[in-house]
Amino acid sequence: MNVRLSTRIWQETASVDSAYQTEVARCHGYDVYGELLGRIEWPQMLFLMLTGEAPTAAQAALLGDLMVAIANPGPRHPAVHAAMAGAVGGSPAAACLQAALAVGAGRAGGAREVFEAVTAWQACKGDFTALPTMLEGMRDDAPDIWPQHAGWPGFGPHDGTTPLPIRQSIARLTSHIPGGALAYLDRHEGALSALAGEGLNFCGVSAAACFDLGLTAAQSEMLHLLLTLPGAAAHALEQSTTHYKAFPYGGVELDDDPDAGMPAQEAA
Amino acid sequence: MSPSPARPHPLDSHRGPLRTRVGAAFPGTRAVFRGQDLHRDLADANWLDLYVYGLLGRRLDRAQLELLSSMWATTSYPDTRLWNNRVAALAASTRSSGTLGLSAALAVSEASIYGRQIDLRAMDFLQRAMRASQQAANARERDEKLLECIRAELARRRKIAGFGRPINGHDERITPLRARAETLGLHDGPFCQLVQHIERLLLAHRYRLRMNYAALTASLCADMGLNVRQYYLCSFPAFLAGMLPCYLEALDKPAHAVMPQRVDDVQYTGVAPRTWLSD
Repeated sequence: MNVRLSTRIWQETASVDSAYQTEVARCHGYDVYGELLGRIEWPQMLFLMLTGEAPTAAQAALLGDLMVAIANPGPRHPAVHAAMAGAVGGSPAAACLQAALAVGAGRAGGAREVFEAVTAWQACKGDFTALPTMLEGMRDDAPDIWPQHAGWPGFGPHDGTTPLPIRQSIARLTSHIPGGALAYLDRHEGALSALAGEGLNFCGVSAAACFDLGLTAAQSEMLHLLLTLPGAAAHALEQSTTHYKAFPYGGVELDDDPDAGMPAQEAA
Repeated sequence: MSPSPARPHPLDSHRGPLRTRVGAAFPGTRAVFRGQDLHRDLADANWLDLYVYGLLGRRLDRAQLELLSSMWATTSYPDTRLWNNRVAALAASTRSSGTLGLSAALAVSEASIYGRQIDLRAMDFLQRAMRASQQAANARERDEKLLECIRAELARRRKIAGFGRPINGHDERITPLRARAETLGLHDGPFCQLVQHIERLLLAHRYRLRMNYAALTASLCADMGLNVRQYYLCSFPAFLAGMLPCYLEALDKPAHAVMPQRVDDVQYTGVAPRTWLSD
């Protein structure tokens, strides 16, 4: 069985100098280096690669704003924290981003949550009043590699209200595509948060934006992973130049210490 | 100044010193591992023993540990074409670090058509099948209940993790692993019996699905008392031994020499050349 690698995304023609060198590279039909380079922006290129089509001006603007909104979850976010924990010990750059990807992939504040929230939006089939039911149905008890997490995808955890940056993000993102999921969130965020018992989070914003961009749940999950990496990278770089003693380590309280009374705290 | 909310936040109680029961390191003094002093109480533990103790909070006996080791040895194939192994080799081909390449290869092993997701589903199916069979009053009712489980699983997923194999219906790992389990006296627990009975039922009802490695290992581990998540986590290093040679061999080859592709090796199936219209 001799199967060739097949792709509908990328077409290369070989250079005359080498069968392994590219002369022309086309992305979904567009000449990347002969035409797109210098003409389109990163959000347009990303949208093209994911969907196969050039974005409309509104789609490109929405994606560009989403990129800004979720570029940095901040140093308190577990994914960024993981990248910093890698960097402070001198781990390779890729290990730091690998750490951020692994931690930022989860069901609570990570890309799997985006996947589930987009799936819920899609399940509404245009009737967004069904959203609470669909969000509720995303979390079943079946064993999965993704551990159980109670609550609606896109909401929480732990806080009953939606913070200002998220409300600001929705207000801005909504301006590009009226009438979609973001617009629905803009109008009903308070009521939905009350029903969820938790405020909307950035995964919820990301999911609504991805839904309005026409992305699948799988595309949305991948996009969210990509777009939250810049913050992890920046904070990792910052920590890599910091002495490890300046990075929080903290004390420990052992509940099950075989030698209670022995030194319980190592010298800092 | 921070606002002072009316009621405490759920995370407040987790701030400050790390509260834990799994252990801690006290450099210069000692290390505690799940309630035991690592260097005193667990001084006799080898790596696998400790690994399992960390997972289960209890220690398996020597035969059980040997069987776990054999399970993973039996499925460690240094074949660079295998998708997960290929990741390790490709990392070497770009002269990336060994740890990055191997850890990525292990992460990739959490696949849906092989590896960890199959492990998890195979164990989940067996646990459900066991619960169903235990509710039966007699052998005939037991078979009916098991067939219900089989039909439900096929309706839900169109396949049963642990049964059937896409490339070749015969799983070459079954015989040596069964022999090893028999040698160790671990071949005949209730889950091992159940998995063989399910295979007989499948074949008797023309499903043409023979037990594969995943069902056998899941049943062996279920008989050791592992639950679904414990089995899934325990299997994490299963393919690792086969990955190292793939990485090393790729290092000995020129850069980018792992399954290299000429430009015309790649088949393009997308749209024809077109011009970007909007600015």
